[in-house]
Amino acid sequence: MSEASPAKAYALHLGAIALLFVLSFLLPEYYHGVLARIMVLAVFAMGYNMLFGYVGLLSLGHAMFFGAGLYGAGLAVIQLGWSVPAAFGAGLGCGAVLSLIIGLLALRTTGVAFMIVTMMFAQVFYLAILYFAAWTGGDQGMVVPQPARVLSFGATSLDLTNPTVRYICALSLFSLVLLITLAIVRSRYGRVLVAIRENEERTKMLGYDTFSNKLAAVVVSGTICAASGAAYALLFGYVGSSFASVQYSILPLLWVLLGGAATTLGPLIGTLFMYYVIDVTSGYTSAYLLIVGIALILLVLFFPKGILGSIRQRWLGWLP
Amino acid sequence: MTPLLTTKGLSRNFGGLRAVDSVDFTLMPGEIRAVIGPNGAGKTTFVSLVSGRIRPSSGAILFDGADITGLPAYVRVRQGIAYTFQITSVFANLSAYDNVALPVQRTLSDGRSKGAVRAGVMSALERTGLAGRAHMPAGQLSYGHQRLLEVAMGLALKPRLLILDEPTQGLADSEIDNFVELVRDIAKSATVLLIEHNMPVVMHLADRITVFNAGRILAEGAPEAIRNDAAVQDAYLGTAP
Repeated sequence: MSEASPAKAYALHLGAIALLFVLSFLLPEYYHGVLARIMVLAVFAMGYNMLFGYVGLLSLGHAMFFGAGLYGAGLAVIQLGWSVPAAFGAGLGCGAVLSLIIGLLALRTTGVAFMIVTMMFAQVFYLAILYFAAWTGGDQGMVVPQPARVLSFGATSLDLTNPTVRYICALSLFSLVLLITLAIVRSRYGRVLVAIRENEERTKMLGYDTFSNKLAAVVVSGTICAASGAAYALLFGYVGSSFASVQYSILPLLWVLLGGAATTLGPLIGTLFMYYVIDVTSGYTSAYLLIVGIALILLVLFFPKGILGSIRQRWLGWLP
Repeated sequence: MTPLLTTKGLSRNFGGLRAVDSVDFTLMPGEIRAVIGPNGAGKTTFVSLVSGRIRPSSGAILFDGADITGLPAYVRVRQGIAYTFQITSVFANLSAYDNVALPVQRTLSDGRSKGAVRAGVMSALERTGLAGRAHMPAGQLSYGHQRLLEVAMGLALKPRLLILDEPTQGLADSEIDNFVELVRDIAKSATVLLIEHNMPVVMHLADRITVFNAGRILAEGAPEAIRNDAAVQDAYLGTAP
């Protein structure tokens, strides 16, 4: 797997990043904004894929990691008046610490119990946001004020509310996380993660401490999801409790399943696909979720490995 | 000389069943030791206790003089106890190369260079005759080749004690001959503990034989002595040719 065609894989990923960069100049304004949002959410999906796709751990609580980044960054700006980079760092830090704690506790379970435990923790997180409404704004959420959303380097400053700046920031984060994921899954550590997914008992008998490896994967995954949440707060200026609700724990699972679990580009494709299915169908009918549901069922029936996973299986075996 | 492996009063109960019943066992470095016995005699449970896959109900295990009874399996592997599975459990979706790379990359102490992993993997695959199939998914290898891959993974751990649990089960006669040669070759650098039903293989390979029956050691000695032991014949060999 990791021995085959590294050049091809890197060329494909750099090509995808270049394409997204070019699209920034070609897309009409509405789609420009949509794509920026999709790229940030695709980072969320990539973080989820790290754990679900490569380690085979199905979490139903990843909204709390997205929420940790979202609120970590949002509260730092709104309540503490921190600058954008510091707030982004605060979001990352919250995600890393939270995922370490949750990992230590939840990894004592496996399978269905792991799903339930992660979901319960995420609900606790969600309810805590509502409970501490004095700081978090409760179910109303908070708006990050426009003047605070400025990235300053000495004399120059970038306004994150400017669509082009926002797009480039989203793209930068997306590209960075994409390349990090690619490097991880092609590394020796990535090989161990896949081995744990395939047969954890056997991996132990090769001398691997599978608990520590899984814990590291939870932290990497949670921190990537927090990066997505922090970027969302700073780029789009809204910090809301709905992002920590159970719906946002299920969405990354759907995005990853659609795009193809354990494929590096699958999360982007899945997020993009799902967004446009909802966008297009909701233009025709108010029962658009019905159509989305049917589309999902058809996909799972005919492409159980997701869009990119099926392409890899049938034609392009070298896809990472 | 310190024994490589010693067990003292090692026991394991499954409910009311004493699968392994206060076993005192000693294995000297460099030996090829065969463990035989009827089905259900506790052979696999015994080696699972040694490798750390299951916990003993009581008793102690010493490896190279040090007590390892409380250590988790992965630490024992790192200390040099490798276990190859009775039921082939290679990573079916990974290539043969990746299967062997997993143990190789962990044992490399210097290890950042890609060349070192590659060299280690290819040497283990060559010793087992699988080098030409390195990039096939393990699940697509023939059963005999999967068994060999299992051994290659054990070899790649550079073990001091290699536990082989019924390695020739399901192999064709021609494959068994090669296998015997391979185990001889391995024994030059490691102590081998072999659970085996195929008596010609056992008689050929083993320096000493331990016979299990009903969770206890029934007899122990050189192959000839075991062959002529009346109690062993009663319990086990009576049905063999």
